Amino acid sequence: MSKLHAIVIGAGFTGVAIAHDLALRGFAVTVVERGPIVNGTSGRTHGLLHSGARYAVNDQESAIECIQENQILRLIVPDAIEPNGGLFIGITDEDMAYREKFIEGCAACRIPIKELTPQEALRLEPNLNPKLQTAFTVPDGTFDPLRLALAFAASAKSNGAVFHLYTDVVDLLTDGQGNIVGVKAWDRATDKRFEIRGDIVVNATGAWVGHITSMAGISVPITPTPGVMVAYDQRLTQRAINLLNKPGDGDIVLPQRRMMVVGTTSFTIEDPDYVPVYEDHVQLMIERGSNLIPALRQTKERGAYMATRPLIGASAPGRSISRTFKAYDHKETDNVEGLVTITGGKATTLRLMAEKTVDLICKKFNLNIPCTTAETPLLSYRKFYVN
Amino acid sequence: MTEEKWTVKFVIFRKKGDQPPRYDSYVLEVDPDEYVIDGVERIWAFHDRSLIFAHACHHSTCGACGMRVNDVEKLTCITKIRDVTTNGGSLKIEPLRNFPIIGDLVVDMTRMYAAMDRVHAKAVHPLSAAPLEGEGIRPPKDVPRNNGDEYLRLADCIECGLCISACPVAGTAENYLGPAVLAAAQLQGLKHNPDLLDLVDCADGLWRCHSAYECTAVCPSNVDPGWRIMDLRRQVVGERIKRWFVKA
Ligand SMILES: Cc1cc2nc3c(=O)[nH]c(=O)nc-3n(C[C@H](O)[C@H](O)[C@H](O)COP(=O)(O)OP(=O)(O)OC[C@H]3O[C@@H](n4cnc5c(N)ncnc54)[C@H](O)[C@@H]3O)c2cc1C
Ligand code: SF4
Repeated sequence: MSKLHAIVIGAGFTGVAIAHDLALRGFAVTVVERGPIVNGTSGRTHGLLHSGARYAVNDQESAIECIQENQILRLIVPDAIEPNGGLFIGITDEDMAYREKFIEGCAACRIPIKELTPQEALRLEPNLNPKLQTAFTVPDGTFDPLRLALAFAASAKSNGAVFHLYTDVVDLLTDGQGNIVGVKAWDRATDKRFEIRGDIVVNATGAWVGHITSMAGISVPITPTPGVMVAYDQRLTQRAINLLNKPGDGDIVLPQRRMMVVGTTSFTIEDPDYVPVYEDHVQLMIERGSNLIPALRQTKERGAYMATRPLIGASAPGRSISRTFKAYDHKETDNVEGLVTITGGKATTLRLMAEKTVDLICKKFNLNIPCTTAETPLLSYRKFYVN
Repeated sequence: MTEEKWTVKFVIFRKKGDQPPRYDSYVLEVDPDEYVIDGVERIWAFHDRSLIFAHACHHSTCGACGMRVNDVEKLTCITKIRDVTTNGGSLKIEPLRNFPIIGDLVVDMTRMYAAMDRVHAKAVHPLSAAPLEGEGIRPPKDVPRNNGDEYLRLADCIECGLCISACPVAGTAENYLGPAVLAAAQLQGLKHNPDLLDLVDCADGLWRCHSAYECTAVCPSNVDPGWRIMDLRRQVVGERIKRWFVKA
């Protein structure tokens, strides 16, 4: 029997992880991406390999997914991760009021934490706000977004996946009855148009999933929700520093190479193709970031950027929407065969999102092939370019 | 940033497949404190969807967005428009040199990745292996430790290829390893990685370098490849002498 052919639209974290999983489970895979690898939301993430502690109070489903995936990614893609852990620090009395809930939440989600005295915390990280009242260690990490994605893409490629980069999906091919049988593509590197036929089309376009489904006359309930991040020109801590409080704006500061990166904000928009970096958001990042690490104020801005979350839920406001992901089989939701959409989630849970999506695809084709991505170390990101 | 608005003409190198290259101009209203990549992305978003360019992280950790801006190699996500042109001025944007062009502003950097792979350059290493002298943490002699364990960090070299584009030798010698690659070998040290010696001590290795230091001038990420190549030469001479004595 010849292999089933899956077409994956989008080479963000979701798309590359799905391509890798599909290729491992024996599918012929073609990835179609309109830019380079992770040019969309994924490249521009903050870069926190979540321990889950951020969600341990308000969104335990996310928290549990994060801690499990965090431990898996450290093992399968060490090339892309600074695995130095993180701290949650409480500064005000209001932060301290969150302490009990935080401890309980982390215990419920099995996130290993340890409380430090302010002196111990400052000994580990001398640049923390000296007014801190408490600190907890958590197993956070930092990742390099491009190298994380390239490791998945390289592994997919070594198992036969074909990548068409700088190639837009401009329309879906139908069988005349509205079912999807492939894509129409425009290769912008050579300015050539062509069609690709497949047994299943996977829409992994993040904040753009609605553009693709609209080509099939379907709408999906996602809200593009951008946030701004600012990078500063000095490495001031070794760990990810989080504010001990419910998730808010500018409450995470990460080290990365020789930088610190502060993030993020959250607001909703209509069209994610271009979102400017708003000056007041940049100001907010330095205000909030220097609450955690005062020395940031004396540090030069190195870059400012934004990315758009593909949050699930039609019109609910930014941060309260659950961050877990959804995979839709449009046969079930809209009676359109041949199209699956996956959206939501986080960088930290990319492997799990892929596992669930490919499980769903295997079930559609009555295949019983187990997922092995959790146990399969990824190739070096450089192998995407070098055979 | 300010409320200031500038008008800037972006003159962009274009090339599709076998068609001859050309330059297209786009006049944009910009905030001078925006970064060059923001302007390029806006051209794609609002003026010309056929444009292709490489980018990912937009804050200098990934190395994807290297381009030539007014004839100088720049990482466009951290290059403020204010620093490379004036109000009413222009910005010529071209792909990096010394790599094959895929289209428009995108090049194929396989040459560099393959060579980085050959010297097994580390993507992540201990703080002590690449100290951050005076960079907001303690000096290398007193590298902070994580309860006895080493802290790890992502390497300085982001494999952006700017140094290879700027290098006068890389332009003429196709197989020359190039500054980033030699710097990666230097960082690991020949003493602890003797297998690197023959790789770097050859015709396409470090003796090709003419000490132009263009690499160091354009490196956006604190690698200082020029200095590292000179240091690697000292290491090579040292290792050769050592081996000669062992043989004799
Ligand atoms: C501000 C911010 C900070 C974040 N920080 C973190 C963090 O620290 N840690 C964490 O774990 N998660 C973080 N996230 C979440 C995480 O980044 C996202 O969940 C994830 O990147 C989404 O990936 P994706 O592949 O679904 O989407 P994307 O990365 O956007 O991928 C979609 C791809 O589809 C392509 N595409 C779109 N239309 C077409 C078309 N017509 N044809 C072909 N290709 C097309 C796009 O070019 C794009 O590359 C953050 C998100 C935001 C917004
Ligand atoms: S040495 Fe510097 S310029 Fe060269 S690839 Fe590395 S970061 Fe870029």
